[in-house]
Amino acid sequence: MSKSTSFSWIRPEPWGIHIVPADTWVDPGRAVEHALVTHGHADHARGGHGETIATPATLAIMDLRYNTREGATPVEYGETLRLRGGVDATFFPAGHVLGSAQVLLEHAGERVVITGDYKRRPDPTCTPFEVVPCDVFITEATFGLPVFTHPPIAEEMAKLLGALEANPDSCVLVGAYALGKAQRVIAELRAAGHHAPIYLHGAMEKMCRLYEEHGVPLGELRLVSEHEKDDIRGSIVIAPPSALNDRWSRRLPNPITAMASGWMRVRQRARQRGVEIPLIISDHADWNELTRTIAEVNPQETWITHGREEALLRWCELHQRKARALALVGREDEDE
Amino acid sequence: MKAFAALLDALIYTTSRNRKLALVAGYLRTTPDPDRGYALAALTGELDFPAVKASTIRNLMADRVDPVLWTLSRDFVGDTAETASLLWPEGETIEASDVSVAEVVDRLSGLNRNTAPGELAKLLDGLDSNGRFALIKLATGAMRIGVSARLAKTAFAQAFDVNVEEVEEYWHALSPPYAELFHWGADGGDPPDVSNVPRFRPFMLAHPLEDAEVDLADYAAEWKWDGIRVQLVRVAGETRLYSRSGDDISASFPELLDVLPMDAVLDGELLVRGATQGGEAGGAASFNALQQRLGRKTVSKKMLKEAPAFVRLYDALIIEGEDLREQAWEVRRKALENLMPRLPDSHFDLSALVDARDFQHLSEIRDTAREEAIEGLMLKRRDSAYIAGRKVGLWYKWKRDPLLVDCVLMYAQRGSGKRSSFYSDYTFGCWDGDPDAGAELLPVGKAYSGFTDAELKKLDKLVRQTTLNRFGPVREVERTLVFEVAFDSVHTSKRHKSGLAMRFPRIHRIRWDKPVHEADRIEALRSLIKD
Repeated sequence: MSKSTSFSWIRPEPWGIHIVPADTWVDPGRAVEHALVTHGHADHARGGHGETIATPATLAIMDLRYNTREGATPVEYGETLRLRGGVDATFFPAGHVLGSAQVLLEHAGERVVITGDYKRRPDPTCTPFEVVPCDVFITEATFGLPVFTHPPIAEEMAKLLGALEANPDSCVLVGAYALGKAQRVIAELRAAGHHAPIYLHGAMEKMCRLYEEHGVPLGELRLVSEHEKDDIRGSIVIAPPSALNDRWSRRLPNPITAMASGWMRVRQRARQRGVEIPLIISDHADWNELTRTIAEVNPQETWITHGREEALLRWCELHQRKARALALVGREDEDE
Repeated sequence: MKAFAALLDALIYTTSRNRKLALVAGYLRTTPDPDRGYALAALTGELDFPAVKASTIRNLMADRVDPVLWTLSRDFVGDTAETASLLWPEGETIEASDVSVAEVVDRLSGLNRNTAPGELAKLLDGLDSNGRFALIKLATGAMRIGVSARLAKTAFAQAFDVNVEEVEEYWHALSPPYAELFHWGADGGDPPDVSNVPRFRPFMLAHPLEDAEVDLADYAAEWKWDGIRVQLVRVAGETRLYSRSGDDISASFPELLDVLPMDAVLDGELLVRGATQGGEAGGAASFNALQQRLGRKTVSKKMLKEAPAFVRLYDALIIEGEDLREQAWEVRRKALENLMPRLPDSHFDLSALVDARDFQHLSEIRDTAREEAIEGLMLKRRDSAYIAGRKVGLWYKWKRDPLLVDCVLMYAQRGSGKRSSFYSDYTFGCWDGDPDAGAELLPVGKAYSGFTDAELKKLDKLVRQTTLNRFGPVREVERTLVFEVAFDSVHTSKRHKSGLAMRFPRIHRIRWDKPVHEADRIEALRSLIKD
């Protein structure tokens, strides 16, 4: 390696990535004095930090979830913030969910990008990922196995709408993560020409409204709790994955269970959850996107955070790329 | 192949038995012969293509995918066929035309070990990922999609509105694609003539007794032997031996194929000679000894001599053309007893009845089953006909209570099927001395059942958080958790470092509360060995 510092100012710890000179943590798993948060999912964004640096949309999401506006430092995409200790932080879109960002950190002439979670596919609900050249690329690897190739979303929408059409006396209950996935599925349904009212589990309502306030139109949404069984017949219902097999779903008319998740690529994963219509829709990069992104960013070193890091490490080895795995705890994406 | 692949997928995602039945029945009604017959055979594991093995698929993949990436993927997905179907390099050649199941079966049947890889690759190139999955499942015969033979037969009966017991009887006498069966069921033709085939008759099965009590005036008691349930069938001089699932296991036990002197259908326990079960007089070895003989396509002379098999009879379905199944158990038992003197005692004996004054007395006798290395007791209703399946109230099994031992979790492996990607197979150990004086844990067994889905999630999390080492799909974990393990018996074993092997170990309780140094020592287990 040409540089002697070995990027020692960036230190991965089990519960977050520490930017040492700035004493600032990226996506820390516990409350810290200065936190830099890539996006609003609970495994990255937690409440209770002294200062939270994030995009305005991520801060709004965190405020909705944790009721904390104190110490918020908003940063727009493309904007550079000077942290203490001579570290510059610039936010770039990650294409994962509304407000999601990669962070470019510059210090002593070295460039480190932390992706948070990201994807490369078009998504009507968020700004697309940008390739940011750097020395160290710290990437996620949720779907870091070559079996994970997400099909075009139009195919999955056709599957969903086909099931709806084939079962006019039922409803199709779609399990989708409340932040990001739910809104993306709704927006894609609208794009596919489905303009009927979509019914929501109560846990989805506020986040959908927040998306609309941030310029993502979602069409007519109704709350399941405010309607009779018969109204819901022939409709699409969206609920968090945890509600699929919950008592809550008994109020629905013969629901057919679908789930929108990258894990649905694996049949047994769908079976484990009792899913009848697996929709392979992910807000994470699939294997081809992960490997393509590493090749395009072309860093000196690739550090791999959470997910199936072994396979991505192997790919880097096969392509003569220097790489290492970071053991971060508490990053689980079972409901992705 | 498209319709078959779609059927497989739909079956995989359907948990309701009724909807599975409807799916299979719908397919059978709408699919032409002989495709539907071959599909039915594939679903029930009746197709065998000896040239295509799981290793054939692995080797094909080894030429196309980096071995490390393959192993990691297979390990996560938990199914070779699915992993291969996802990783197969997709070309431009996917055929618009649909190859039929019959053509696939025909092409696979003609393969030998040399031609198999090339031909399979050609077939795979022409299919999409779902088609590849279906093809590999069909070719390797490991469906594991939650369709039992019973369900398939029931679906057939439902599709064509015929009696399922009749379907079952014909089924075992016919071979794929079951042209006669469809002729009868679907086209209203004559029933297949199976009178001269030594075919399998569905077994009468028992329910666990649980906490119920029965009156011994109504029920007879027998020992529950620790062998395998078999049906010995002789028709027109030809004898065949069937296992509980109706598999023909004649080839593994040639010594039983020319010893039945008359045409008959007999029900009993397959055992090998020894001195464990029922003492010297009982003359049967432990299940361990029988296990050496199971699943063999050919049997050596040495094996025939060292572990000769015999059948301990407990029921007679048909004797010399007389069908006894409608008769009461008492009548059948009498007929069997009368038959015994005509059978060579080298290969047959009669499962004795257990005499007890009352249920309490029987319970005391059952407690001695452990000493006798017997599985427990069977209770059979005296006035009941021989009824296929598991009808409530007729036969009960009353197993001896399991043994319990406290072990420490040492290794975990990802499961297959429903549990793929969860760490659900646990290896646990006992202390080889005093843990406070530096003793070590030795692995004593492996279990993958006995816990709830919620507990599985918790265990999976613990494994991920306390991993010390990784060996391929196996993780070694910190010694933090005690399992109370239930098992039926323990035997000496040369295969394991601890020198013993447990039978039917399962997690009885997870002792989140118990410190690991309070787990049991190996000596405690050794003292329970019954060989």
